[in-house]
Amino acid sequence: MRVNFVLSEVATGLRRNLTMTVAMILTTAISLGLMGTGLLIAGMISDMKEIYYDKVQVSIFLADDVTEEQRTAIQSRLEDSDEVKTFIYESKDEAYERFQQQFSQQPELVENTPADALPESFRVELINPERYEVIKAEFPAGAEGVDQVRDEGDFLDRLFSLLNGARNATIAVAVVQALAALLLISNTIQLAAFNRRNETNIMRLVGASRWYTQLPFILEAAVAGLIGALLAIGGLVLTKVLFVDRTLAGPIKAGIIPPVDWSAIAFIAPVIAAAGVGLAGIAAYVTLRLYVRL
Amino acid sequence: MIELQHVTKLYPASGRPALDDVSTEIDKGEFVFLIGSSGSGKSTFLRLLLKEDTPTSGTISVNGKVLNTMSKWQVPKLRRTMGCVFQDFRLLRDRTVAQNVAFALEVINKPTRTIKRVVPEVLEMVGLEGKAQRLPSELSGGEQQRVAIARAFVNRPLVLLADEPTGNLDPETSEGIMLLLERINRTGTTVIMATHDYHIVDSMRRRVIELNGGVLTRDQSRGVYGVGR
Repeated sequence: MRVNFVLSEVATGLRRNLTMTVAMILTTAISLGLMGTGLLIAGMISDMKEIYYDKVQVSIFLADDVTEEQRTAIQSRLEDSDEVKTFIYESKDEAYERFQQQFSQQPELVENTPADALPESFRVELINPERYEVIKAEFPAGAEGVDQVRDEGDFLDRLFSLLNGARNATIAVAVVQALAALLLISNTIQLAAFNRRNETNIMRLVGASRWYTQLPFILEAAVAGLIGALLAIGGLVLTKVLFVDRTLAGPIKAGIIPPVDWSAIAFIAPVIAAAGVGLAGIAAYVTLRLYVRL
Repeated sequence: MIELQHVTKLYPASGRPALDDVSTEIDKGEFVFLIGSSGSGKSTFLRLLLKEDTPTSGTISVNGKVLNTMSKWQVPKLRRTMGCVFQDFRLLRDRTVAQNVAFALEVINKPTRTIKRVVPEVLEMVGLEGKAQRLPSELSGGEQQRVAIARAFVNRPLVLLADEPTGNLDPETSEGIMLLLERINRTGTTVIMATHDYHIVDSMRRRVIELNGGVLTRDQSRGVYGVGR
């Protein structure tokens, strides 16, 4: 294979169709960038699940007037329960301490909250988080020293369904963009093949192999896909540096949102690059097979 | 070396066959004129030999290889044994004469050393020495056709197919082109030339195959264009 010949054909092709090439690169970049964002959000969600679901799933808040016996009774019932994996007891003092920590950014709130305003509680981790209803039935609110039973998972579920929605929306837009990118690639390749029909006609007649004739077109699309992927990766890096690391610095430090690590981007970058090159190359090949006589 | 047996070609769009039960044989080193009016099937004949198309029925073999059953990936190999020349030259306008000829070798992966050697040789043979660096637009029609012939011949094909190669040229220039094709034929290359030009056919006195509405109506060695002309 004459590398020089093929490469100069590729360069000529990209230059001749400059506007189409730019459009092809930009749509590919946007599509791949959104795909990368979707993957990052997905990674973030699973990190967050680890942070949150590991902790409390059900909180049993005790009434202010709970007696020592009631407390011990609840504790031993939790110890005996088949549903409970582990649990911890949180006293009023510990609850206040945690509250102070959580709202350290809002000192007025902390100041205006008396130290004994927060109830003591049992924080329970279930063997199966879905079985919250069973615990709730076992400890009816307002009786035997129990004030209320709250499913913390319920809040988390809502949070995660929001995040999952964001991820799905991002990926959906990425897919639509990818479709647009594929159609553009197909169009550009048809145009390129039309522009070079004299060359390819001669190649066909003098007995150039199919592969030899098609390769410049496929490489042309693959190069555009690669440039698009590099732009997308650059976009992800910029998003991390300019948005995530700056605007979200507070919540990340507080441990509410997991940070976006460089390792995550380093992991996603080759996936994006491979997707860009692969999809563009395949789109070009299919186009040549279906629409172009070479 | 080229054999057609009961070859019929039907195009789906037209009711009348482009070629209708044509059988003939062409030996190595022959010079054959393929004549007939427009639409008589001359171009179809040539396209079938190149396997640009497959016949609806009948068999075609070139060099002992049956084209009907030839797989797609073998077609390039077949075409490397055939050269093609057209009425409209089909040169690449942004490449020089030498580059146009070299192109035919580059795309079939010939080594650069070979290309550097044979391109000047063939340009000299067609009478274009000294014009290697010109662009096609700087050449006359006859010269452009010489470039096309050089490109078709540079890989030393067994068969040269020429589809009205003089159709765009004046009689004097045509004569030069015919001398060149004769010269190529003398090297042992089979030449099949489709033409309308009865002056040329009559003066050369070579084998004539006449097609009429897709039917082979005459096959005559040392023939003339029209009987009684």
